[in-house]
Amino acid sequence: MSTTLTAPRRSRALPAPATGARRRRVLHWIATHAIAVALAIMFAGPVVLVGLTALMTDEQALTTNLWPESWNWSNFADVFAKSHLLTWTLNTLMYAGLGTLFMLVSSIPVAYALARFRFRGRKLAFLLVITTMMLPPQVVAVPIYLIWARFGLTETLWPLILPMLLGDAFSIFLLRQFLLTIPREYTDAARVDGCSDFRTLVRVILPMARPAIAAVALFQFFYCWNDYYGPLLYTWINQDNWTLSLGLSTFKAFHSVQWNLTMAATLLVTAPVIIVFFFAQRVFIEGVTLTGVKG
Amino acid sequence: MRARPKRREGLRALLWLSPWIAGFSIFFAYPLASTVYFSFTNYNMFTLEFVGLDNWRYLLQDDRVWVSAKNTLWLVVFMVPAQVVFSIGVAQLLTKLKTGVGFFRTLFYLPTLVPMVAGTVAFVFLLNPVGPVNQILSWVGIAGPDWFGDPSWSKPSLTALAVWGCGNTMVIFLAALLDVPKHMYEAAAIDGAGAWRQFRSITLPTIAPVLMFSLVTAVIYALQYFTQAMIASRVASGATDSAGSSFTPGYPEGSLLTLPQWFFHAAFRDSNMGYGSVLALLLFATSMIFTLILLRQFRKAEEVHS
Repeated sequence: MSTTLTAPRRSRALPAPATGARRRRVLHWIATHAIAVALAIMFAGPVVLVGLTALMTDEQALTTNLWPESWNWSNFADVFAKSHLLTWTLNTLMYAGLGTLFMLVSSIPVAYALARFRFRGRKLAFLLVITTMMLPPQVVAVPIYLIWARFGLTETLWPLILPMLLGDAFSIFLLRQFLLTIPREYTDAARVDGCSDFRTLVRVILPMARPAIAAVALFQFFYCWNDYYGPLLYTWINQDNWTLSLGLSTFKAFHSVQWNLTMAATLLVTAPVIIVFFFAQRVFIEGVTLTGVKG
Repeated sequence: MRARPKRREGLRALLWLSPWIAGFSIFFAYPLASTVYFSFTNYNMFTLEFVGLDNWRYLLQDDRVWVSAKNTLWLVVFMVPAQVVFSIGVAQLLTKLKTGVGFFRTLFYLPTLVPMVAGTVAFVFLLNPVGPVNQILSWVGIAGPDWFGDPSWSKPSLTALAVWGCGNTMVIFLAALLDVPKHMYEAAAIDGAGAWRQFRSITLPTIAPVLMFSLVTAVIYALQYFTQAMIASRVASGATDSAGSSFTPGYPEGSLLTLPQWFFHAAFRDSNMGYGSVLALLLFATSMIFTLILLRQFRKAEEVHS
């Protein structure tokens, strides 16, 4: 506070101590933007090189040329023809779609309880949620695998989908952080009007938490889309139930000389994620910021 | 509203929490307990035999555990700081830009969205011995190494991948940097503080909690490092790991072996679930140390809240 009082505001009325300050500002502009452009090349470079390779002929993809001699858009169709990309996509959509749906149904009520109810053990419950969120999935993998083996569900994606009905720690954590920012007055007012807990959740909380719910749903969907460990553990032997990440990880081995097709497959797996992101950019970025925990 | 009896609120909370309580018991508490039990057995899903401390004794002489530990330590010492420092740098740059902030921010963020498997496969291609990166390096007269095929370059290559996909950390830092009151910089500039000085005495203290949080989380993720390493080994070595073929993780020469991979291999490829459980508990213990640090920070943040 005191600094604002003592600091003389930069006066716009006076023409700046002429050229010196202005030149420095121009140089500063050039310097920062030069670095930004260099970084942009660094970030975009890999994608550009992958895209160029994806369009080369089989032979040229093995050479050191960087620019395609001919533009083979048919490579993308070849990926579909030569692999089970369609099956993998459908499996991935089932895993991601049902996983996200189940997660929402189970996690919203839990986050609501953690954020709104006062009860003994509330802090402990929250700490346990964070603990399960941070621990590597491998820690409890053996006994869980045995549970699913008993039900005969290994070699399917159900062991990854069904647990979502019992809450997902990361989603619960994120939703709770957001629900805490909703002022208590709103829920208290609903209570005074005689709303039950359920009605309060549906009528008051859900409409206000829409951006957070959208963010959590997107994260879950992307998580499932990306997941490699889960499908590797459960559907490794049964190729019919492979997801995109499993298929892509073995793509190069089955098409060993065809880097062009492998790169085309890589782009095809990535494209949906990027498209979804552009439709939901704001929700997404706000969600990421929410994970950063502010004191 | 405080008049409401607390007992009843507790019961209602219990009702709302019941799905999670069930999930926590079935998918965490019970499996953790039985992992401890399995660690004293020789178990391959069909026969179970109690062997006491044999698995634990074997742990001490298992070279691959030490190799994994060393690799993970490398990731914690080099990859984690590289990613965090780079993220802060890029975020700081974004706050300084006068034009095109939105464009650059989106562009820098996009690589994060590339699925891990896709990103890793792409990097293995880009960094193959006759790949595009080595080609570009040769234009300036540098003979590039066989990145993912050379044990001394494989981890740096994965670090490049991690730095490329640093978007989430960058966005978190960007939010934190924008929270620093502008007038503090103006005041400091008038007092004659240079850019570095301003960063050290204004920016760093303000973003310290976020920085600490990111570092701890990044360390926890380094302990879990699995997908990128496994894909890199697999694609670079050309192994399929389809049923019937064999694949030993860690290629080249164990330089990418991490504990989660070694656990996966022991428990689910060698069907040695007893010893796998020992590795799982080792993983649990190391992750728990850093999780506890994280929990302490959360408790501090919560106290500020309420």
